[in-house]
Amino acid sequence: MKRSGSLRSYVITRVLLAFPMLLILLTVVFLLMRVAPGDPITAALGGRVSAEELARRRHDAGYDRPLPIQYLEYLRGVATLNLGTTILDNRPMTQVIAQNGAATLELSFFAMIVAMVSGVGIGLIAGRYRDTAADLGGRLFGIVLYAAPVFFLGFLAQLTFGKWLDWLPTSGQTSPIVGATLATHTNLLVIDTIIDRNWTAFQDVVRHLIMPSVVLGLVIGGVFIRLVRVNLLQTMKGDYVEAARARGVKEGRVVYKHAFKNALVPVITIVGLNMALLLGGAVLTETTFNWPGIGHSLVTYLENRDYTAVQGIIVVFALVVVAVSLLVDFLNAYVDPRIRY
Amino acid sequence: MSDAPVLSVRNLRVYYGTPGDPVRAVDGVSLDIGPGEVLGLVGESGCGKSTLGRGILGLLPDGARANGEVIYGGRNLVDLPMKATRRLRGPELGLIFQEPMTRLNPLMRIEDHFKETLEQHEPGLSDRDIRNRSLDTLGRMGIPPTRFRQYPHEFSGGMRQRIMIALALVLRPKLLVADEPTTSLDVIVEGQILRLLADLKENFGTALLMITHNLGIVAESCDRMAVMYAGKIVEEGPVKAVFFDPSHPYTQELLRSTISLDTTELHSIPGAPPNLIDPPPGCRFHPRCPAAMQVCAQKLPVEQRVEARRVSCWLHGPERQIPSGGQEKLQRAAIGVADEA
Amino acid sequence: MATAARVGGLRASSRQRIASAGRALKPVAEARGIARGMLWAGAAITAFFVFLAFAAPLVSPYNFNAYQSNGVRFKQLAPPSSAHWMGTTVQSTDVMSRVVWGAQTELKVVIIAVAMSLLIGVPLGLLSGYFGGPLDRALVLVMDALIAFPYLLIAIVIAFLLTNSFGGGVLTAAIAITAAYIPLYFRVVRNHVISIREESYVDAARALGARPWTVIRKYVFFNVVQNVPPIATLNAADAILLLAALGFLGYGIQPSAGAEWGYDINRAVSDASSGIWWTALFPGLAIVLLVTGLTLLGEGLNETMNPVLRRRQFGDIDFDSQNADEAEAS
Repeated sequence: MKRSGSLRSYVITRVLLAFPMLLILLTVVFLLMRVAPGDPITAALGGRVSAEELARRRHDAGYDRPLPIQYLEYLRGVATLNLGTTILDNRPMTQVIAQNGAATLELSFFAMIVAMVSGVGIGLIAGRYRDTAADLGGRLFGIVLYAAPVFFLGFLAQLTFGKWLDWLPTSGQTSPIVGATLATHTNLLVIDTIIDRNWTAFQDVVRHLIMPSVVLGLVIGGVFIRLVRVNLLQTMKGDYVEAARARGVKEGRVVYKHAFKNALVPVITIVGLNMALLLGGAVLTETTFNWPGIGHSLVTYLENRDYTAVQGIIVVFALVVVAVSLLVDFLNAYVDPRIRY
Repeated sequence: MSDAPVLSVRNLRVYYGTPGDPVRAVDGVSLDIGPGEVLGLVGESGCGKSTLGRGILGLLPDGARANGEVIYGGRNLVDLPMKATRRLRGPELGLIFQEPMTRLNPLMRIEDHFKETLEQHEPGLSDRDIRNRSLDTLGRMGIPPTRFRQYPHEFSGGMRQRIMIALALVLRPKLLVADEPTTSLDVIVEGQILRLLADLKENFGTALLMITHNLGIVAESCDRMAVMYAGKIVEEGPVKAVFFDPSHPYTQELLRSTISLDTTELHSIPGAPPNLIDPPPGCRFHPRCPAAMQVCAQKLPVEQRVEARRVSCWLHGPERQIPSGGQEKLQRAAIGVADEA
Repeated sequence: MATAARVGGLRASSRQRIASAGRALKPVAEARGIARGMLWAGAAITAFFVFLAFAAPLVSPYNFNAYQSNGVRFKQLAPPSSAHWMGTTVQSTDVMSRVVWGAQTELKVVIIAVAMSLLIGVPLGLLSGYFGGPLDRALVLVMDALIAFPYLLIAIVIAFLLTNSFGGGVLTAAIAITAAYIPLYFRVVRNHVISIREESYVDAARALGARPWTVIRKYVFFNVVQNVPPIATLNAADAILLLAALGFLGYGIQPSAGAEWGYDINRAVSDASSGIWWTALFPGLAIVLLVTGLTLLGEGLNETMNPVLRRRQFGDIDFDSQNADEAEAS
């Protein structure tokens, strides 16, 4: 039962299958962006610049060419990662992605940690003590947490910890002074400040990170509680669990060693499937906390009808979604030899 | 059986709860198993033999209740608290299941399974002792030491069953319950497993309760056999005696239904096993019995013992308990097609 | 009393249908313990909000846009008082009125959205799953791609485009939400149909010569539809969050069309720095409460109706009474 060969072929097949998915998403984005009457340039700048300037810009951006040609150029742009320049502030999209994307990445990463710790921890407890107060409490906690919109939780956090207790900053990624003097390398500020051994900046960055990531993480953790609990209940019905009991293994160990651990194996999938939740939540969190991430940028550009930027950002989202989906499948195939083509 | 029995079951009843009346899966069973003896428990699907096997170890699902006596080591297991029963599972009583493919934890090596079992029951053992005992038992089951650190999915079905048996035997229990251990295995592997089980008495001194629907297995490997129907034992005795001179009509029908190279025509018992929530009055087999008498539909048969054999059938008396006219042949309505299924 | 032989043939079809519906709901009546608690708690909370939605004109002290009464303008940003139980906003509107009217808006949008998603997604999934073929494969490819994409973004884009053309009313918000959820219904229904399609009883019906439409109607549809209430309820919960998110970002209902909780929170977020808590707290709590209620209802339904999760009910077992029966027989 060799593994290496089949894993490789699985990876290749899976990557090939990802292209149609990507293509569909990209096409959908393309069509949506052109459903609106007129074109992005006119919508954004119409009436604000002269007619010749408008025509020139349209020509530069390629909006006066027939639709199929636009489509092909669009695809070529995506393939070469050349997504154009924003209309609003004339930044190349690649820069937007690098800077703002990094901020979103940082936020998402720490939020995910919070989500996993809270969600998995409480989910396991709820499943283990099914139908007891702990189970009910854990489930209710998860339900209520998820029911609270992330911007409402954010508001409550800002009110309590920001205004009334004044423990933590409530907006932005850094305080203005630190932001101005910060040297960026990777755009991931936590890492950058460590590289520079700039401890005041590091502290500042971390303090700004706490509220948004905890708020977003808790909301997502609420979803995890439900998933982990159901998964654990399923695992505890397993045949090998019963066999362990038949050998007289103590109940506590049966639950921990046989049920918990096996129930967590699909966590990879759980995390991956909820990437969409994370991205959506990031948009809202960034707006609430004025976090300079790519979600916030999306909202800003949308408000200003900067369709080029909007299109570019949504393309990035699509790429991330497909990439994560691929990654999840790979990890699964690695862990479980039964999932191969 | 001159020695005291390892296990004595007296009037055991195991019922499954339902929203209505309970299912009487085991309805008043008594039997003894002597030290090192192999007792075969035979019957159709749904006759309660699996429930009986699990009931002995206390491994019943939620909603099931046991009543009666299961005497082991001078104590009634039915009355014992779960903790005490659990301590017996492994070092005193063992159970091997029908489906070996799913009974081992896929994330644990074979070595880990053995370590766990031994550490749970004999905490003072050194690592070296654990390893030696495990390898010794595995070796007797035909598993080489080189495979000790492999994972379950690297073994075939037959080997996994042997590992399960070794896991059960490494603690040297006095009684092993085997619930259809070879049903899901092919015939050749079945032969190997049966040989192993038949030698338990010599190699380990363990008594064996072999639960099966396959009369061939019973003929080959068992010392005594008990025939079960609708939750009750209808006949019991030494294997040779019961095979060559079956007393109960059900046993006779069973034997007539087996297939061998001499079979020219298939024989089956008309009708279907009865509803265990509301079984037929009197002898449970009377609706399908070719020799049924009037009394069979009215009163439960009284158990008769002759030397090492016993049978529950009005054909064998006691005559004085049969009312007048009771020995008339019973006119049974033709068994409708509706009853079959 | 064992097996009462079923007399074959059809009874009056309406009686049969009522019987089927009754059978489908039996697990709900039998629910015990936590599942039952969740079910009824969720139902109560949801019913409360439905009542609010219908009775808004009667229950609410003022109109959702009213900033004056009897010619007297309300105070701006007044804290909760006897005059305004939940205070007023920066535009001098009464918070409580907006919360009550908001219930109507939310429910209007969500009901329309869920209904549209069901009407489109369920038949699509049903037909696609049952007939298979190239159309099915194409649909699956498209839907799978869309499912992985964040709902919020899809909804934002569509809401944005529609608002430009049609104005931001209840219908546009509903359509935006529907678009986001159709792939989900499609996939759930399709998977369920596929698993049923392979069941032996469906095979048997086909072998007897039943036409596809009959098979779908009698076996597949009923089976699938049983799964729909819990999913639709949980989906409604999600839809409210989605609507609130749209409102928060400004792509939901326009203020003139109705009060919406998410929009209100957006207006109120800046109040946090001034320590004004009532403008955002009450709409937010309303969202939490309604979504929690719907989720409890949906999970309760799931636990009672889904055979996989359902806990079988065990009756009491009395061994002694059984003994008496045997003694009688002998």
